[in-house]
Amino acid sequence: MAWKLRLVPEKTAIPFMRLRNLAFAFSGALAVLSIVLLFSLGLNFGIDFRGGTLIQVKTPGTADIATMRDAVGGLGLGDLSLQTFGSDDEVLIRVERQVGDAAEQLTAVETIKDALASSIGGDLDYRRVEFVGPQVSSELVIDGTLALGLALIAMLIYIWFRFEWQFSVGAVLALVHDVVLTFGFFAITGLEFNLSIVAAILTIIGYSMNDTVVVYDRVRENLRKFKKMELRQLIDVSVNDTLSRTTLTSFTTLLALIALAVVGGPVIAGFVVAMIWGVVIGTYSSIFVAAPVLLYLGVRRESFDKESAEGDGEASPA
Amino acid sequence: MLQFAKWKTTLVALVVAAGIVFVLPNFFSRASLENWPGWIPNQQINLGLDLQGGSHLLLEVDVDTVISDRLESLESEVRRTLRSKRINYTGIGIEELAVRVRLTNPEQRDEAVEALRDLSQPITTNAFLNVGAQDLEVSVDESGIARLLLTDEAIAERRRAAVEQSIEIVRRRIDETGTREPSIQRQGEDRILVQLPGVDDPDRIKRLLGQTARLTFQMVDVDARPGGRVPPGSVSLPSDARASSQQTEYIVRREILISGENLINASTTFDQQSGGPAVSFRFDASGGRRFGQATTDNVGRPFAIVLDGKVISAPVIRQPILGGSGIITGGFTVQEANDLALLLRAGALPAPLNILEERSVGPGLGADSVAAGELASVIAFVAVMVFMVLAYGLFGMIANVALIVNMILIGGGLSLLQATLTLPGIAGVVLTIGMAVDANVLIFERIREEVRTGKTPVAAIDAGYSRALTTIIDANVTTLIAAILLFQFGSGPVKGFAVTLAFGIASSMFTAITLTRLIVITWMRRRRPAALPI
Repeated sequence: MAWKLRLVPEKTAIPFMRLRNLAFAFSGALAVLSIVLLFSLGLNFGIDFRGGTLIQVKTPGTADIATMRDAVGGLGLGDLSLQTFGSDDEVLIRVERQVGDAAEQLTAVETIKDALASSIGGDLDYRRVEFVGPQVSSELVIDGTLALGLALIAMLIYIWFRFEWQFSVGAVLALVHDVVLTFGFFAITGLEFNLSIVAAILTIIGYSMNDTVVVYDRVRENLRKFKKMELRQLIDVSVNDTLSRTTLTSFTTLLALIALAVVGGPVIAGFVVAMIWGVVIGTYSSIFVAAPVLLYLGVRRESFDKESAEGDGEASPA
Repeated sequence: MLQFAKWKTTLVALVVAAGIVFVLPNFFSRASLENWPGWIPNQQINLGLDLQGGSHLLLEVDVDTVISDRLESLESEVRRTLRSKRINYTGIGIEELAVRVRLTNPEQRDEAVEALRDLSQPITTNAFLNVGAQDLEVSVDESGIARLLLTDEAIAERRRAAVEQSIEIVRRRIDETGTREPSIQRQGEDRILVQLPGVDDPDRIKRLLGQTARLTFQMVDVDARPGGRVPPGSVSLPSDARASSQQTEYIVRREILISGENLINASTTFDQQSGGPAVSFRFDASGGRRFGQATTDNVGRPFAIVLDGKVISAPVIRQPILGGSGIITGGFTVQEANDLALLLRAGALPAPLNILEERSVGPGLGADSVAAGELASVIAFVAVMVFMVLAYGLFGMIANVALIVNMILIGGGLSLLQATLTLPGIAGVVLTIGMAVDANVLIFERIREEVRTGKTPVAAIDAGYSRALTTIIDANVTTLIAAILLFQFGSGPVKGFAVTLAFGIASSMFTAITLTRLIVITWMRRRRPAALPI
């Protein structure tokens, strides 16, 4: 047999459940830290959620941020920030929403363009202009929250339907863990939190769930196969059985994401970073959160005793 | 064991062939596609505005203005009616959705109510359902206060009409600018979504949409001095920023001689005296008659050309203008004159439009994003394929065939359904490259396990496929749920991400369950290997 690359040995017997208390303490501490950071540092909301105007401008040479800041800083447009974006000749200008109607927003953009034209010359390429009004931004907040909430509920119901309530509690706990830690990650890094990050979190939910389901599926199968095995050992066996697949899939997904992060451009960089983070913690949480929860809650083995066909999970909760 | 039903083989072949047929046009230039015979699909993937450059504008029709406009005009109609019938009144005013007036002479009440009822207009739509529905409810109470209340139906109808008319005017204005393939859709109650691919000057479009462009001709009140007291029946209006005159304020008679509704054409021209750009206009027959009459009656006096409540110019009428046409001069640039002519041709908006959201991407950034997305896809593709061969050898190659077919199916599906590919959508494709192998990984790992338990190759493969199936379905349904929610709640580019993610999941499940299995079985039947190279 030809040599094959393996991320983990063919047969592993890592006592994951022995580490469960440690893992729970670790996860719990990170979650608490995330929540504290979320409330103390807060998120760096983009204009999608805060309203305002964003202008991305490309300068002929290296952008002279200081001069540009001087040019637009004194215009009386309120809270205003400049930063380079992706490369050193591109600048992102964020302006808070102007008091008044749509015309005022338009005027603000033109005022900035005029000021930049007179201070560093006219050879500027306005690559992107976005404006989000207060109505739309509050709708986006509501839609985003609703989507996250519904995703969690939908997963809870699906797992309950396919497995048992203990599994759906474990799966959703793992998801909440992933979401909270992602919020914490954005609070501590100060990366911009915008619509595409909400999309990333939903994708993380899908991905992490995918991982968890694979482990749970094996637990269910083993519950039928090894009727006498202690639950703790059974979960360990199941996690070890699927470990090779879990690491392989995470690895290929990370390969693709890293390619995007390196060459995908700054516009989706935030999304990609969130996804990378999500794949890592999603993989971790399906092993160290979702699986041990089953042990804490206990599983009624009778539900799986019936010699039912593969995949014919019992829908009835306890 | 090694059976694969004929119909399944045919199905797989058909799906793959269809994918290739539909994805193919994307590799040709648009120009060459037009020469293709009609029966060959020639639709390319739609690029989102963030990839091809363009503007996305979400507008809101300020429908409340329509209602308050109606109330204001109603107020003056009430005044005129009561005056002409010599009915005594006092304290006329607008309260919420009604015009209120106190009738001072109780004996005239019935006559007054009858006269006021005549001001009511039938509601035009729903004529079949609600015959004779009127837009006003006239009532009078004990103390002699008459109320003309706009009915709920009338308000709903006016709002509806205002939004519809606004969409029409927006469409005309955008068409006049020569924008290619604009998309103008109503969204919700009172919103209009405008998508303009490839627009390089979104600011101009915004300026054009930001004006109601209501043009009126009114006499200047020569008896009043600007800055002084404004006599009743007149109003003080500011001068338009473009106007060449030094005067900043005009006192203008409220009475409207003629308005832009009667215009049938407007175009850019040059003023023969100053040589500067100007806008020439032409009235329809009735407008021309009224304009002729008004100018005949007022020779030697100035009249004001008012656009959206601002005076553009106030020339003195030198002689009656009987031809029904004239020119508007102001300190216009050529662009401003062009835009004003365009607005006059397209007509006035029934209500102002507010910009709720704008997302404009220049063509440069769009092209950069496409290039970056393509590069990232290729790198991810190669990296994952190399890794799969390293991990699974021959089976890895089979998975790679499935991955290639996956990409073809995603591309073909997007082309067929004319779904929009956005930048997050490309991220979705790249992510799919990473995740699509998952189904095959699940199967291969399972086969490995079965081999370890001492099964024969045939039994191991059979067990591997059938046991992994539930897991694959359970695992993918959850991701699919996330994608559906994203589509439901996401906006614009995020929707594009949800679409490619869903396509990727569906096609990776399909290829893993059918295509790789078909290849594996075919290979097994030919070679009959004693051991699996997995």
